[in-house]
Amino acid sequence: MKSNLLKSLQKKKKQILELWIQNQLTDPNLREDLMSNTELRVQSDELVDVFLKNLNDTNLTEPDSPDFEPVFEILAGISISRARQGFSPRETGIFVFSLKEALLEILRQELPDDPLQLYNESMKISRLIDSFGINTFETFIKGREEVILRQTDEIAEISTPVIRVWDGILALPIIGTLDSSRTQVVMENLLQEIVETASGIAILDISGVPAVDSLVAQHLIKTVSATRLMGAECIISGIRPEIAQTVVHLGIDLSGIVTKATLASALKYAFSLQQMEVKRIRQERKYID
Amino acid sequence: MVTLTKDRMMILKDQDVVPFRNRVKEYAVRIGMGLVNQTKLITAASELVRNMLRYAQQGEVFIEVVTQGRENGVRLTFVDKGPGIPDIELAMKDGYSTHRSMGLGLPGTKRLVNEFEIRSKVGEGTVITILKWKNG
Repeated sequence: MKSNLLKSLQKKKKQILELWIQNQLTDPNLREDLMSNTELRVQSDELVDVFLKNLNDTNLTEPDSPDFEPVFEILAGISISRARQGFSPRETGIFVFSLKEALLEILRQELPDDPLQLYNESMKISRLIDSFGINTFETFIKGREEVILRQTDEIAEISTPVIRVWDGILALPIIGTLDSSRTQVVMENLLQEIVETASGIAILDISGVPAVDSLVAQHLIKTVSATRLMGAECIISGIRPEIAQTVVHLGIDLSGIVTKATLASALKYAFSLQQMEVKRIRQERKYID
Repeated sequence: MVTLTKDRMMILKDQDVVPFRNRVKEYAVRIGMGLVNQTKLITAASELVRNMLRYAQQGEVFIEVVTQGRENGVRLTFVDKGPGIPDIELAMKDGYSTHRSMGLGLPGTKRLVNEFEIRSKVGEGTVITILKWKNG
């Protein structure tokens, strides 16, 4: 692009910005619920400003040029914050691509009677903005991934409740896969609760664990050993028939641990350890004379 | 033996274990495998994929539905470019582990499936193939 053309583009920054914002505001997909128009204006202004400032003859054809570092930085900031605000990738994409329309419109006004040059310059601008767009998508996905990772952590946190089913009896239903970090959380919660409630019996229910392989078994055994060190007895319940067969074939020795098929039978066993029993109260019939 | 369908999955991180197991389960259910055999196959797959992540950090698994005569089965091939196993006979022994685990992964897996084949070259990697018949 000839320098004078570039200069006039830079001079027409205000016009480009207005056109771009116009484009965005008229778009039917505009999300006024997520972002106010002033905020949108601030974001757009920042991007156009930095983009035009860093644009020159040489880097126009090299989207990877280090000159665009600041532009990418702003784009990354915008797309990550938009991902968090709940924008769809399409909306973030339209944000960047509508800038292209504004730039091309100004270019057309600048070069009214030179179609060939207009075509050439348009191609360059187009390629550059496309690369910005792709970059936005990449950061957008990265932003989403961070959200997913955070949620994974949260699920690990909330899915290990320790329930006090009776005086001195704790139950801990485990749902999902038991990996190392999960075991750590389970063990910590359980041991802490044993201390706080002075419980003598803990029931680990694995009804919700889809498969017990040797790693899961090892984690279970470790949890049981740690509970015993605290002076409490640990019962594993919820062992399904298919799990029992698999564990035997795998060669895992769980004979040192009290295991029960259901949480109910584990609770019954716990009661018997506490020398308690559950009785049905027999209702006495009252005769009215 | 004829391969009916073939699928592959890259295993790159710990979080891939659960989706992988679900995929294996899908194929097992599709051929009508019973719950016990399903669980055995999934547990075996889980053992091998954990080994793969532990020793080779990453790898690739091929999932095939195969048929022979009137019997259908699921065949899994685990391919990694890890350090390899120097002494396969020792690794197949119950209770042997270089990683302070239970040492049941390989021998246990062999007991859970119908066919088990292991090939390994030190410094090049390991290929393990397991097969579970629908009624095996």
